[in-house]
Amino acid sequence: MPQTLYDKLWDSHVVRTEPDGTALIYIDRHLVHEVTSPQAFEGLKLAHRKPWRMDSVVATADHNTPTTDWDKGIEDPISRLQVETLDANISEFGAKAYFPFLDRRQGIVHVIGPEQGATLPGMTVVCGDSHTSTHGAFACLAHGIGTSEVEHVLATQCLVQKKMKNMLVEVDGSLGRGVTAKDIALALIGQIGTAGGTGYAIEFGGSAVRGLSMEGRMTLCNMAIEAGARAGMVAVDDATINYLKGRTFAPEGAMWDQAVRYWRTLRSDDNAAFDLVVRLSGSEIKPQVTWGTSPEMVIPVDGRVPDPEKERDEVRREGMERALVYMGLEPNMAASDITIDKVFIGSCTNSRIEDLRAAAEVVKGKHVAPTVRLAMVVPGSGLVKEQAEKEGLDRIFSEAGFEWRQPGCSMCLAMNNDRLEPGERCASTSNRNFEGRQGAGGRTHLVSPAMAAGAAIAGHFVDVRSAR
Amino acid sequence: MEKFTRLEGLVAPLDRANVDTDAIIPKQFLKSIKRSGFGVNLFDAWRFLDHGEPGMELASRQPNPDFVLNQPRYKGASILLARKNFGCGSSREHAPWALGDYGFKAMIAPSYGEIFYNNSLKNGLLPIVLTEVEVDSLFHDVEAFPGFRLVIDLEQQTVSTMDGSKVFRFQIDPSRKHSLVHGLDEIGTTLQHADEIRAFEDKHKSRQPWLFS
Ligand code: SF4
Repeated sequence: MPQTLYDKLWDSHVVRTEPDGTALIYIDRHLVHEVTSPQAFEGLKLAHRKPWRMDSVVATADHNTPTTDWDKGIEDPISRLQVETLDANISEFGAKAYFPFLDRRQGIVHVIGPEQGATLPGMTVVCGDSHTSTHGAFACLAHGIGTSEVEHVLATQCLVQKKMKNMLVEVDGSLGRGVTAKDIALALIGQIGTAGGTGYAIEFGGSAVRGLSMEGRMTLCNMAIEAGARAGMVAVDDATINYLKGRTFAPEGAMWDQAVRYWRTLRSDDNAAFDLVVRLSGSEIKPQVTWGTSPEMVIPVDGRVPDPEKERDEVRREGMERALVYMGLEPNMAASDITIDKVFIGSCTNSRIEDLRAAAEVVKGKHVAPTVRLAMVVPGSGLVKEQAEKEGLDRIFSEAGFEWRQPGCSMCLAMNNDRLEPGERCASTSNRNFEGRQGAGGRTHLVSPAMAAGAAIAGHFVDVRSAR
Repeated sequence: MEKFTRLEGLVAPLDRANVDTDAIIPKQFLKSIKRSGFGVNLFDAWRFLDHGEPGMELASRQPNPDFVLNQPRYKGASILLARKNFGCGSSREHAPWALGDYGFKAMIAPSYGEIFYNNSLKNGLLPIVLTEVEVDSLFHDVEAFPGFRLVIDLEQQTVSTMDGSKVFRFQIDPSRKHSLVHGLDEIGTTLQHADEIRAFEDKHKSRQPWLFS
């Protein structure tokens, strides 16, 4: 029977299945960071259990780490304790690789996994973080897990899972200039809603997806969780193989050839059956801007903020009204009339080299609008930062009035000092516009890197397709 | 894990769709390396008028009188009635820890964020799925009758009103139900299959040796 990519990944990792379909799935790669792991390690110790295979673990500290003044260390004592707890746990239990705070390869866990070649096609990848779906770009079965599951994987190398349903999101046609993977993701979520993918593993296909770089595919899979799907994935092709060649933890020599032969099979068979197919036309997707407090509250950049009066569903209408109040917006106003106070270019969604290049192209030779209080670029990892500096992107940003920071999660979730003040409005390349996500009372508009850069220069949202 | 068989409790309504984990427990409280003590900061940004930071005394905070959980009639509630996609967003298990620590033992909603759903079950917090229509009728009841309570019978998979006038059935995976009803330690259960895991690992290694090098 023809199989989907997800079916293949699932089948190749089932250890055992219970009569009700619940299965034990073997885990190949376990990514660990400081926020969701301390209680898991503690649980392991309290139960006197040994970890099953610590050489499956790749760890880093990213959520709490500061993006300025690294020489001062981590000033917040509670954050510092959390990071030190990870240091202590890794030194006690070991790991395949650990990129601690201050290491030149440190960075956001979902950026460094692929960058190091620690994420390989055909793997099952888990992390105590919902954006683990990012790694699906490499034809992995990658999902976010909670802390109890982190402990479970540490102790057993397995995850208790039920098979999800198959969804194909097919994006055909070519994307317009200035339209990116982020816009595909937001347009999709606008269409199917934040619960649209619940219960599904999403495979992204179609010519527009094939045409994306690995960075773009990671952005797309990263946002699968915002569509409600725990996992997103893209089939293996030349782009996948070329990206991985020569990476630190990628196989070499004869083993590389053997691996590549296997990886080439990691695609859905022709005629494989999907439970649901969603089609988007690539050429019709415009740059997107979210206006509300959920990623599904999104409009094209040439659109207008919706009017709750026109919404029939009562729960939805109340949600829209509440979002408008929180966001300080009026119904029917044009997206391009929304002025911003801060700009954040970063996060596991959009902090890779290609994202920084796209933003730099927009800001080059221009200056951040005087009304913008802070515009910052936070590279996804130390290596992304080095690469960008080699290309002179840091100077382009600095000359334009952006702050060029150290890597980390930063203002994506504002656990460190990078945050919005109450009422501040931000053009952000991150993935969540929830109330308070970037700081209590802060207002987040999710956009692509080029759109964020354009907004920084103009002081309000602009259509990057025309603003060059 | 504590066993869960039957629960009779006061119901509190949270009438919003897409309540995310950032709202359930804001990120400044995720810095803790413990599993307990999150209840005082459950829904912190909605529950209090002042901005909460870890370590603040509850007595010194300014409760938001408009937030539903601050209304005296819902004090002591153990069942949270919610709208669709409750617990969407992050994987932070601090969300069910906070709900449990506050005193909730079960939730009723038309749907949940998937990771949150799993995380809840692993902490003995029962996420019940009822249809939109059923949930809607419960929202009406809880509004109309102060002190509105429900009985949840996990073995029978039912939610019923005290007078038995409404009885709703819900679905749950048999293996998950089994773990909850018996309060099983999932890791212990999995480790009973350690030999199978080892055998799988050997086979996997011979097929994809690069995963182990
Ligand atoms: S960048 Fe944001 S979404 Fe990504 S792992 Fe960090 S906090 Fe989570």
